[in-house]
Amino acid sequence: MSETTPAGRLPVELRAEALEQLLTERGLVDPVVMDELVQTYETSVGPMNGAKVVARAWTDPEYRRRLLADGTAAIAELGFTGPGGEHIVVVENTPRRHNVIVCTLCSCYPWPVLGLPPSWYKDPAYRARVVREPRAVLAEMGLELPAETEIVVRDSTSEVRWLVLPQRPHGTENLPEEQLAQLVTRDAMIGVAKVPPP
Amino acid sequence: MSGVADLGGTEGWGRVTTPTAAEPVFARKWESRAFALALLTMSRVSGRNRDAFRHALERLDRDDYFQDGYYGRWLSGAELMLVDSAILAPGAVEARTRRLRGEDVEELPVPEPNKPGYAPTAAGSLRTVEEPPAFAPAHVVRAKDTHPTGHTRLAGYLRGHLGVVETVQPAALLPDTHALLLGENPQHVYTVRFDSRELWGAEAEPFQVTAELYESYLEPVS
Repeated sequence: MSETTPAGRLPVELRAEALEQLLTERGLVDPVVMDELVQTYETSVGPMNGAKVVARAWTDPEYRRRLLADGTAAIAELGFTGPGGEHIVVVENTPRRHNVIVCTLCSCYPWPVLGLPPSWYKDPAYRARVVREPRAVLAEMGLELPAETEIVVRDSTSEVRWLVLPQRPHGTENLPEEQLAQLVTRDAMIGVAKVPPP
Repeated sequence: MSGVADLGGTEGWGRVTTPTAAEPVFARKWESRAFALALLTMSRVSGRNRDAFRHALERLDRDDYFQDGYYGRWLSGAELMLVDSAILAPGAVEARTRRLRGEDVEELPVPEPNKPGYAPTAAGSLRTVEEPPAFAPAHVVRAKDTHPTGHTRLAGYLRGHLGVVETVQPAALLPDTHALLLGENPQHVYTVRFDSRELWGAEAEPFQVTAELYESYLEPVS
């Protein structure tokens, strides 16, 4: 927007303040509504929602079946709906097949179950490379997959959103659903990590 | 075009950042303000038209896209949409920013608004299409080798390549026309699976990529 050179770019935090002032002064934006939006995505919409979905699927075979057949409906059963969740497809990671999610064109991400995406998900390096050399990218991120595991990269190019149902770690057979949910990580539900054993 | 945003398969980005579990949702306060401003701008200007917002992001120059990170990009995209619809004058944000840091700069007058006459036919992006889908699971298809100048969700790295239909997804409005406020044109959507060696050559790591492709992006392979 600005006509200044990169070296002389106007500070972005001041540009944000300027835009907020300009819209607020004319009543086009309400700072209280802004506060509420921010608070929603800082506190109540995040990977803790997806973790509950995963823990339910690990402990309830009938729910797991519904989740894999119609992700949107099964996720809505637990109360998670809203922007970025019109049609969510859940794919299961197994020792044979490993799914990993990306949006090469922007930052599409299943907001109702994972919240806003982490910074690395939006960075050019991940967006560019995971569709070209996923095994190398996953290894850089700390996930070494056996050669016999097939990798399927899910590039989110429409309003369809993807969620990974990770493998349940060994040693969790006796854990109740609530404790299982505590183990599930955001990165495992994107497919760049496995759920660590307790 | 997908412009500067079409990153799949491009080179020169270096290593991927290793995730940290404790990363805050917004690293700095201005990021949270930019997030909320962009979301509210999207709904005010274009009736929750996410495609128009994505198209705005794609039209940014490289500096505006990359220099201030993800939420800097959102801020610039929101500003572009507001200037497009004449809610803000070009340069209005720059003038106010300079005043905020103490420069003696004239503010620009508020222009005559030119809010687009856009109204979605329904909430969200899912729509009904009367005609049956042209393709079915296991059909071999080719992603068209097109170079549209407006907006598209057909990523550059897929164009011209053969894939196999995995799933027929719910029909949805077409981003290519919806982003430009030229109509919804709902189409069938397919998850199409591509082999890495089809996309990147015989030396590629063996893996599969899937993408959701609108029916008009695809042609049959006999």
